[in-house]
Amino acid sequence: MTTNAYVLGAGAGFNGGDILFQLAMFIILLALLKKYAWGPLMGIMQQREEHIASEIEAAEKSRVEANQLLEETRAELKAARLEAQTTIENAKKLGEEQKAEIVAAARAESERLKESAKLEIAQEKDQAMAALREQVAALSVMIASKVIEKELSAADQEQLINEYIKEAGEER
Amino acid sequence: MGHESPLRHVDLFGVTLTFNLSNILMITVASLIVFLIAIAATRNLAMKPTGMQNLFEWVMDFVKGIVKSNMDWKTGGRFHILGITLIMYIFVSNMLGLPFAVVYDNELWWKSPTADPVITLTLAVMVVGLSHYYGIRMKGFSEYGKDYFRPMWFMFPLKLIEEFANTLTLGLRLYGNIFAGEILLTLLAGSLATGVGGHLAAIIPTLAWMGFSVFIGAIQAFIFTMLTMVYIAHKVSSDH
Repeated sequence: MTTNAYVLGAGAGFNGGDILFQLAMFIILLALLKKYAWGPLMGIMQQREEHIASEIEAAEKSRVEANQLLEETRAELKAARLEAQTTIENAKKLGEEQKAEIVAAARAESERLKESAKLEIAQEKDQAMAALREQVAALSVMIASKVIEKELSAADQEQLINEYIKEAGEER
Repeated sequence: MGHESPLRHVDLFGVTLTFNLSNILMITVASLIVFLIAIAATRNLAMKPTGMQNLFEWVMDFVKGIVKSNMDWKTGGRFHILGITLIMYIFVSNMLGLPFAVVYDNELWWKSPTADPVITLTLAVMVVGLSHYYGIRMKGFSEYGKDYFRPMWFMFPLKLIEEFANTLTLGLRLYGNIFAGEILLTLLAGSLATGVGGHLAAIIPTLAWMGFSVFIGAIQAFIFTMLTMVYIAHKVSSDH
């Protein structure tokens, strides 16, 4: 066969065997690859896709959950703050009341003390006045009796009076 | 390439079948290589892909993209495996003839199987046959038949011609590209390398052409798969 091989189909004839062989081989290859290579590969890709999808879903869910928790925490914090505020207010009010009470009590006590001290002073004064009065009376009686007892000169009289007054001072 | 083919004739039940043993050998080699690579790549599958698995997942996604660009994934999903096998088989076949050609006893044994029109046309007829099969199966025979008279009844002859033209161009495009690439490689390696000077002169263009042939081989594998999906989508989808 020296025909020009560059020309399509020249010298080759009809290769029925090649056609059958190519078809059979391709179908066999297709079947084998489907069973041993592409099938498992597709399976794992599918699996990965599902895995990723489920991971995304889980992440979404946990995000929502976290948001909810955050909201809850915020609300709780707010409530706690409010409660603390009211507690402080109450304590302040209570303190004010107590302060007022204590001040009022102290004022009343001091008033009472002052009153009693004044009373005591007055009593003392009265007592002292009474005692003085008694003494003066006794002295006058004594002086008078002395004067009557002796006739004395003016000088002696003065001396005597001074003497008695001195005595009276010493007695007291 | 100017060598004879190792033809053998076998009588089978009174029918004489002609075998081109070179084709038989190369089809087997190509299928074996595709099979071994695929098995090696998918032997240790993991949720976190590494190395070869990454490559093959990329190929799968690539073919998925081809299918999706032509039809709904619900109808196209069943052609995914066909697409991946086609693209891998044709790509490997195109690459086989590039590094060397083996000639024994003036018969050419080692070449790309896709550098033979019989092989490419077989694949093309298979693909077009599949498109008709799925067209009938998925839309029903009457819908399938009516498609030949759409959008106008007088389009019928054109539609008929289109079917044969599709088949022929699908097969011959691949054959022509690969065959031409191998001829040029043979010419560069054989005619230019006639002496030391010839060797030196042939190195650069041979390298350049080999690189280009790798590119062409990849592109042709892609085009064949793409057109397969286009033809199938044309028959399967009901919206036009």
